[in-house]
Amino acid sequence: MSMTARLRELHGVLRWPRSWSARIGVVGIGLILLVAFFGPLAAPHSPSEIVGPPFQAVSWDDPLGTDHLGRDVLSRVLWGGSSLIGLAVAATLAAYLIGIPIGLVSGYSRSLADPILMRSMDVLLAFPPLLFLLVLVTGTGPGSVALVVGAALVNLPGIARIVRAATLEVSVRGYVEAAVARGERMYSVLGKEVVPNITGPLFADVGVRLTLSILLIAAVTFLGLGPPPPAANWALMLNENRAGITIQPWVIVVPALLIATLTIAVNLVADAIARSRGISIVERPQ
Amino acid sequence: MTRYVLRRFGAGILTLWVVSILIFIGTEVIPGDVATAMLGRSATPEALDVVRDRLDLDRPAAERYWDWFTGVIQGDLGESAAQTLAAGQAAGEGAPLWPLISGRLENSAILALATMILLIPLGLVLGVLAAIRAGRRVDHGISMGSLAAMSLPEFVTGALLVLVFSVWLDLLPGVSLISAGTSPLGNAEALVLPVATLLLVSLAHTIRMVRAGMIEVLDSQYIEMARLSGHPEPRVIRRHALRNALAPTVMVVALTVQWLVGGIIVTEVVFGYPGLGQALVQSVESRDVGFVQSVAMLIATIYVALNIIADLLVVFLIPKLRTAP
Repeated sequence: MSMTARLRELHGVLRWPRSWSARIGVVGIGLILLVAFFGPLAAPHSPSEIVGPPFQAVSWDDPLGTDHLGRDVLSRVLWGGSSLIGLAVAATLAAYLIGIPIGLVSGYSRSLADPILMRSMDVLLAFPPLLFLLVLVTGTGPGSVALVVGAALVNLPGIARIVRAATLEVSVRGYVEAAVARGERMYSVLGKEVVPNITGPLFADVGVRLTLSILLIAAVTFLGLGPPPPAANWALMLNENRAGITIQPWVIVVPALLIATLTIAVNLVADAIARSRGISIVERPQ
Repeated sequence: MTRYVLRRFGAGILTLWVVSILIFIGTEVIPGDVATAMLGRSATPEALDVVRDRLDLDRPAAERYWDWFTGVIQGDLGESAAQTLAAGQAAGEGAPLWPLISGRLENSAILALATMILLIPLGLVLGVLAAIRAGRRVDHGISMGSLAAMSLPEFVTGALLVLVFSVWLDLLPGVSLISAGTSPLGNAEALVLPVATLLLVSLAHTIRMVRAGMIEVLDSQYIEMARLSGHPEPRVIRRHALRNALAPTVMVVALTVQWLVGGIIVTEVVFGYPGLGQALVQSVESRDVGFVQSVAMLIATIYVALNIIADLLVVFLIPKLRTAP
């Protein structure tokens, strides 16, 4: 692929989207990132500071009231987004970092490595994703590491399969065979000839992967098996404050709406990218 | 056909065997010691010894795996470590697991079945409606609504439903209080919001997949042929399109049930519904390793079985797949 073509493709990914749904998605993601990463700077209190009685109603001092321990809900909301987003991004990145080499070797090697790698990917698909994470957490104890490792492993088979299919297709092309004929090593052929030509299909479903990571990590965190309290976390806030839902609904409403905005926005963008490549977002792994 | 069925079953059994090893490794081998995990770091060495002794932890992991595995295939799920300890008994004569979970399994099954009964007709009707109105306003509405619904985690959907129907409108209970020994069927009100939560997300998936399958069929040559030969449109849809879209739909339903397996765990916790998922989460919290292993194995078996059933149904419905590998 020539440099200009590559630039055009990059521009195609980064341009302001044409469809309204994708625009709403981009704006939504922007807003959430703003709240999650610049929110702590604007927070009036520390997320762990106790400012009043539990489930105090909305007031001037606490614009969103207090939570089950009497902490300021606004401050906890502003502090509570970054870990969810950070862990999901880390898991997705890790999945690509491991999945790409597996798919490349599997699609290119034409040896026993291919069936071995792909069958071990299939085993990962035999678990319901959430169950997989729960089993992992039982072994390691609650915490962020298990979440990232688990969500990365759940995303791994899908990425490896896509990379493998794209590699199989590319590896019979003339320029790859020419490189092999020149006597280049496998790693050089994969890095210089194959990888630059499979970036399209590779990143077509990055949004879907990210959505899956966010949903999984949020679910496990909600179950109380992720980053432990007292750290502020939108998903955990929904669990911690369930008892106060009738007296102080804001402590539930605000984090719920923030998570909803995040997941819907990411999915809108993922859907737009998938559509522009003529695939449907429903083909996501279960 | 017989060969395919046998091969599919063989692969399923092999998968479950590997899954059982993974479950065992995931829960036991990584941290080193179950006893420390259960009692916490501050536990005295004497207390740890007692626990290790009672749970047979002195034996090598491979040996314990074999005992557990052979037990599970004979239908003996083993014991709940936490319950055994609480009762002060030794391994082998402690609290057996099956009585602890059979009632919960039944409750979870009721939740899943209630969701499925509503899901299949609703998903078919809305999916087909979106497909035959593709590109128009009804389709856009259904497609956007389903995209939003499938984006939401169950615990967010559940919390919002509780806020609207329980806190503000005061119509339905926000917590599914079902006392032990009674069936949720006797308290249908408590089922409404959990089922609605599961339904919203799974319906979204089903609609989108039915729509995609139906659009593909409507695009095909035989549908054009039927239209050209002057059949009225409703008849074309009913007699020609729907029947051919049905096979992919079976796949869809099976996929959705698989998805429900995960969704139910979270939904049960949201509503305090006394099902298997809630018990599983509690045992992960208390690190009742024996419980997690057996329940995880049970759920994985259901999951793999659903996978096989879906594959076989699809091959049964689409004859041309029978000859393919």
